[in-house]
Amino acid sequence: MSVPFYVSPEQIMRDKADFARKGIARGRSVIVMQYDAGIVFVAENPSRALHKISELYDRIGFAAVGKYNEFESLRVAGVRLADMRGYSYDRTDVTGRSLANAYAQTLGTIFTETPKPFEVEIVVAEVGAEPDDDQLYRLMFDGSVADERGYVAMGGSAEPISAALSSTWHEGMTLAECVRLAVRLLGEHGDEQPRVLDARQLEVAVLDRGRPRRTFQRLPNARLTELLAE
Amino acid sequence: MSPSLGLPDAYRAAGSASFVDFLAALHPERLPMPSSGQGHGATVAPHGTTIVALRTASGAVMAGDRRATMGNIIAQNDIEKVFAADEFSVIGIAGTAGLAVELVRLFQVELEHYEKIEGVSLSLEGKANRLATMLRGNLGLAMQGLAVVPLLAGYDEARDVGRIFSYDVTGGRYEEHDFYAVGSGSSFARGSLKKLYTRGASTDDAVRSALEALYDAADDDSATGGPDMARGIYPVVATVDAEGVRVLTDDELAPVVRAMVEARMTRPDGASGAGNGGAS
Repeated sequence: MSVPFYVSPEQIMRDKADFARKGIARGRSVIVMQYDAGIVFVAENPSRALHKISELYDRIGFAAVGKYNEFESLRVAGVRLADMRGYSYDRTDVTGRSLANAYAQTLGTIFTETPKPFEVEIVVAEVGAEPDDDQLYRLMFDGSVADERGYVAMGGSAEPISAALSSTWHEGMTLAECVRLAVRLLGEHGDEQPRVLDARQLEVAVLDRGRPRRTFQRLPNARLTELLAE
Repeated sequence: MSPSLGLPDAYRAAGSASFVDFLAALHPERLPMPSSGQGHGATVAPHGTTIVALRTASGAVMAGDRRATMGNIIAQNDIEKVFAADEFSVIGIAGTAGLAVELVRLFQVELEHYEKIEGVSLSLEGKANRLATMLRGNLGLAMQGLAVVPLLAGYDEARDVGRIFSYDVTGGRYEEHDFYAVGSGSSFARGSLKKLYTRGASTDDAVRSALEALYDAADDDSATGGPDMARGIYPVVATVDAEGVRVLTDDELAPVVRAMVEARMTRPDGASGAGNGGAS
């Protein structure tokens, strides 16, 4: 009978984290940032049907990078949780914070209890009545949560993009400015060679502060081309 | 995993895009269709009343009166019975108010839930079928007098027309081709619409016809309320076309209602049938 090798818990966790990080780093990046009238999500995603960005509830959006089947199951669970809560209580009782908490608990449990952690990173964004009330939660594969201000970048080139955003993003940018900045950064950092991305390679959506009830809107290609040309 | 923390396994399981199915599996007690109870609901619970819907050149119009009755008592004089179900459909309800309003709320979540999970809206036909299924779950209560009868009107994006669907308490679903009315005053409203309706009417004409029909229903049915000029309570009127659903504001309705009531001062029974093809 063979005796299994002893592996320390630290080693197991480190291996799992490395595994998850590698999986996430293989994917294209997503940028989420505040603009003067809401929150914009920009993803490099040539697929029209398999979304990386989606609506969770009236004022709450979802963006993810990593393995599609894993973040899709989390997205569906989030929509169900939000709708269940909104139906059982009231629409105003569905908050980004509670959804972020639910995701954090779930990802944390999966990371520690299953042999294979989820290779995903998620942003839950909630648009408030005023820019100061906006919330951006970044959730890592191990369930850790960061409450971000202004902008978040996830995916393969998250680090160089975040570094660039820290010097270029500022409060009160317009939608066109934000989209152009995000598209430029995604193009510069996605591959070895800088590229120029056009509307067909992008998935862009906003949480528009001024809209009543459901604030989430996808920007169609025509509108996107317009914004990029401005 | 504890159900209060994180996302329970059932939430992450692959399943249908239906919120009603999900709710029934997980929290059946939260459905607006409790399965037992005895007695005569009609006299203890507030009831809703007359809803009319008409097809127009560009879509459809739906209007409902504002009265809820409980036996001989007027339970509420400003209840709303016409709602936007989603961007391209409106639902009106007659029957037991408490159940009906809850059914509408569930139907709204059902449509939105499907749209969010699947990334596309249900077809109008799909919405109509979904509502039929939900109604069938209420049959037991309907037999005890707590019936809910909805009316669905929507803009069919695929065919570029407005369509109207009526229902019975067993969940039977019937497409109406011109106009329809449900509720206790529906036979009077339908009689009125027969004279006032013209195919391909403009939205404004259809709104006027709907208001006239509701006035006629209120004239003969004690459970249907007429426009309350003193309190400024007018019927709820919603239009739906390629632009989506729009619920008319009181400011938009006031002059139309006032003109109608004014005309009734000289002709209390409404427009004369002779040579009158459209709305008066």
